[in-house]
Amino acid sequence: MNSLWAATLITSAICYLLKVLGYSMPERVLNHPRIQRINTLIPVVLLSALVSVQTLSAKEEIVVDHRLAGVAAAALALRFKASFPLMMLTAAIVSALVYRI
Amino acid sequence: MLRYSLSVAIPVGGYGAVFGAAAVSSGFSVLQACVLSLFLFSGASQFAVVGVMGAGGSVISAIATGALLGVRNAFYGLRMAPILQISGVRKFLDSHITIDESTGVAISQENLGKDAMRFGFYATGIGVFVFWNFFTLLGALGANSIGNPATFGLDAAVPAAFLGLIWPRLNTRQARISAIFAVLLALLLVPILPPGFPIIATVLVAMIFGWNKK
Repeated sequence: MNSLWAATLITSAICYLLKVLGYSMPERVLNHPRIQRINTLIPVVLLSALVSVQTLSAKEEIVVDHRLAGVAAAALALRFKASFPLMMLTAAIVSALVYRI
Repeated sequence: MLRYSLSVAIPVGGYGAVFGAAAVSSGFSVLQACVLSLFLFSGASQFAVVGVMGAGGSVISAIATGALLGVRNAFYGLRMAPILQISGVRKFLDSHITIDESTGVAISQENLGKDAMRFGFYATGIGVFVFWNFFTLLGALGANSIGNPATFGLDAAVPAAFLGLIWPRLNTRQARISAIFAVLLALLLVPILPPGFPIIATVLVAMIFGWNKK
């Protein structure tokens, strides 16, 4: 097996097991009030962090560029209760324009 | 709600083409690119695997980085488990579509109840799976003709989609403060820790703010 296949298959297997692992926690643990509170916050913090990393980083460095303009425009659109597709379109157009300048 | 699912699945699918092209230009075959999208099916991990291998990194570091970026899917599973209530074969099938997008749409529907969350999860997970795989194949086949995603604003549309999904969840003070701390912590860690760590480290923020009843 060459190295590319090894990387492909082994990472796929590990990532699949990680996904299954999330559903393997006993119900009584998940029903604990403290775990429930933490659990509700987890996707919020992970996705907030994801937004910031996707917007402001490149190759393990902080980079401020056209993406920030696009995401800021999206935040503004959300603030004014724009529909979801319109908000996304705003982000894409603003970011693409700033990129081309 | 399908509007949410499709608004997420389409641009993310477009990124599938970027992934397919990146995989092939990193030396992966079209088949390997498709296997990654079908079986790894987690964008960040896939880009990490082809990125590390393409840059001449070792197999071990490609696997480690890909796996670290996949850890957050386990946390999403914890959140989705009580909502989906899956067991047996379904657990092994449905967990595969537990990713940023499906979880994001599910939590954006939280105020509509568990049925809406479940529908959002499946519509988005399946939608992204179909688009992502179809476009991976196209991107891998046409590797040389795929342009820079920045010219289409695709690199801002994807984080904007996630911002739109968490937006309705930022309706409490606790959620807003947690989100701000998560952003600060992740950005602080980006230059210090390897990819994967900065995002999953923010689980600590959820633990701190969720520890005591507010």
